Amino acid sequence: MSQTATLDARNRRTMLFAFLAALGMLGLGYASVPLYRLFCQVTGFGGTTQRATEADADIAERFAASAGGVTYSIRFDSNTDRNMPWDFKPLQRTDTVAVGQRDMAIFVARNNSSEPITGTATFNVSPEQAGAYFNKIQCFCFTEQVLQPGEEVRMPVLYFVDPKALDDPNMEGVEQITLSYTFHRAPDQSSASEGEAES
Amino acid sequence: MATTADTFQAHGDEHHHDADHKPGFFARWFMSTNHKDIGTLYLIFSIVAGIVGGGISGIMRAELAEPGLQVLGHVVNFLGGDGASFDQQGHMWNVLITAHGLIMVFFMVMPAMIGGFGNWFVPLMIGAPDMAFPRMNNVSFWLTVAGFCSLVFSMFVPGGTGHGAGTGWTVYAPLSTSGSVGPAVDFAIFSLHLAGAGSILGATNFITTIFNMRAPGMTLHKMPLFVWSVLVTAFLLLLALPVLAAAITMLITDRNFGTTFFDPAGGGDPILYQHLFWFFGHPEVYIMILPGFGMISQIIATFSRKPVFGYLGMAYAMVAIGVVGFIVWAHHMYTVGLDVNTKMYFTAATMVIAVPTGIKIFSWIATMWGGSIQFKSPMVWAMGFIFLFTVGGVTGVVLANGGVDDNLHDTYYVVAHFHYVLSLGAVTSMFAGFYYWFPKMSGKMHSEFLSHVQFWIFFVGVNMIFFPMHFLGLQGMARRYPDFTAAYAEWNHVASVGYAITLVSVGVFFINLIYAFVAGKKAPANYWGEGATTLEWSLSSPPPYHQFETLPVIEDHHSADDHISAKPATV
Repeated sequence: MSQTATLDARNRRTMLFAFLAALGMLGLGYASVPLYRLFCQVTGFGGTTQRATEADADIAERFAASAGGVTYSIRFDSNTDRNMPWDFKPLQRTDTVAVGQRDMAIFVARNNSSEPITGTATFNVSPEQAGAYFNKIQCFCFTEQVLQPGEEVRMPVLYFVDPKALDDPNMEGVEQITLSYTFHRAPDQSSASEGEAES
Repeated sequence: MATTADTFQAHGDEHHHDADHKPGFFARWFMSTNHKDIGTLYLIFSIVAGIVGGGISGIMRAELAEPGLQVLGHVVNFLGGDGASFDQQGHMWNVLITAHGLIMVFFMVMPAMIGGFGNWFVPLMIGAPDMAFPRMNNVSFWLTVAGFCSLVFSMFVPGGTGHGAGTGWTVYAPLSTSGSVGPAVDFAIFSLHLAGAGSILGATNFITTIFNMRAPGMTLHKMPLFVWSVLVTAFLLLLALPVLAAAITMLITDRNFGTTFFDPAGGGDPILYQHLFWFFGHPEVYIMILPGFGMISQIIATFSRKPVFGYLGMAYAMVAIGVVGFIVWAHHMYTVGLDVNTKMYFTAATMVIAVPTGIKIFSWIATMWGGSIQFKSPMVWAMGFIFLFTVGGVTGVVLANGGVDDNLHDTYYVVAHFHYVLSLGAVTSMFAGFYYWFPKMSGKMHSEFLSHVQFWIFFVGVNMIFFPMHFLGLQGMARRYPDFTAAYAEWNHVASVGYAITLVSVGVFFINLIYAFVAGKKAPANYWGEGATTLEWSLSSPPPYHQFETLPVIEDHHSADDHISAKPATV
């Protein structure tokens, strides 16, 4: 029996390690959610755009002075989710910017419904490799937007294309970058109902 | 945990009384802790699930026999829906492909390979009295059955456009979240939870058994290759299934509890689901084929009457396939918008898998080379496996190319590829293993003649179904649609005729089973003769209810021929 007992102890230890491995993988599955987001933000994977400060923009502008005036044609694309009763479109469809140059695009949103709605915008750029070089200094997509019934707002995006794009072989031949936004109804509508209470 | 210890000791006590004492019918089959009985239950369950899953593919082939929608309306009516509704017919198609995929993967191939043959022969081959945790073994089986019931149940509750879960076996968001209202998808996901939990428990059981309960002298490098294959498979299950569990749990909470893991409106990303799913899904395809590799190695060595060529290379090729299998997942998602460098990496990594797989194929052929080959039924099935699996492997290398896949993604070329490696490869290896071990398990000889007849009908049938799909895919026919243009009609018709032929071969299989149980001769302990050298052949057919009361001792290489077929080729 003593031999059985030691085998039993060994079996339990092995099983414990096996279960810990399984548990670890389960944890890794959940950890992948923040890790994936971080990965996309850092690498611009899948056309995820970058956030920059005014200081970054100043540096970029100085670098760009030596770039010889390369320009990109920027196109603006706007969409709304199926259950989102907003009109949402850019004031102008295209713009041409020199690399490193700060530019502002204006989007117009109008709430056509009879209730206040909190919207949140998702974004990316195409082609995807441009994501790492497309910097936004200021964007309506950084925060949620609340629109009262019938309210129309003009929303700015302040952006520049990083001159480092000129050094990336993957960016060769890219002359046009499309910046796309989709407005969704935010899952959390509490700020919309608060706004209603105040007004 | 204490109960496991009790069970083990209780078994130890039984040994002293009577090795062949069996409990009553209900206790034996419903509360079983005997690895052979649980293996038998798994095999029966797998055959039942195979009939259901194969029947569903019959409906699909009937629908695809000619352009237009002929059959789906009747199926919808039969299940109480509105058969005239185009949407409901389309939804029914989605439900059928979903059920076919999930049943075949989780309830046919995995239970047969791992639960059935693994439970039966891993303890026998390593000289162990039973699995390490016999009662947990029972839990694994009944969790799998419960999962199957949940999946079947999902077909009868609302799932959006009609009854049932119509998400595909991949359960991609957002189709599986906002695209499918109603409880059907929840039941389908719950079914995966249950089957997954059962498989994880089974995997820990196998790992523990193989690591701790080998007979004295049986080192890891002397284990039969089938045991090696189950060991690698168990590790794949242990590391891959929890990731699936995490992903589908996120789906459940996205569907029912307001989380937004895969919903862009709340900051989520549906592509993340695809990454998680295929991080599980790619190892899963090796989980389905590796035990087949192991069985084929045993069979080829037995009927070539030679130890397998390059034993260590064969064992570590499986380990390599398992390891590399975890870092190639995105080749299933070349079209989601990966950049060129990522595609390049996944293309190269995927092609690397062809190296260990090639080692296996060549080693099987080298085992046969110069061997004293007997064309018994398992050998014929095994050689059929090598051919069919190689065809599927070659199309796999084609599809590994990110650039080529842009064109072939989601076409019938892909369907042909994965059915050649699974439906033809894995299933053929299962039939090979079944005929190899059936007399050992049942004590009755099957008919060799009928086995050969079944093989040739099956071989013609499945090739007729799936080979034309290469042409259809290259011509651009998309998968997952119940209808197609008239241009694809000819080859689709051929494929449907092939299904009917395959169905005949399944009929021959059941006739053979009935023959064996009614009129089969009693099987001797080692009915395959001198080539069959692993430990299970030292026991009677069927083996005693409790075997290896005194553990067998595995001798050194010099005199190991009695026990170890899988020894280094140099000896």
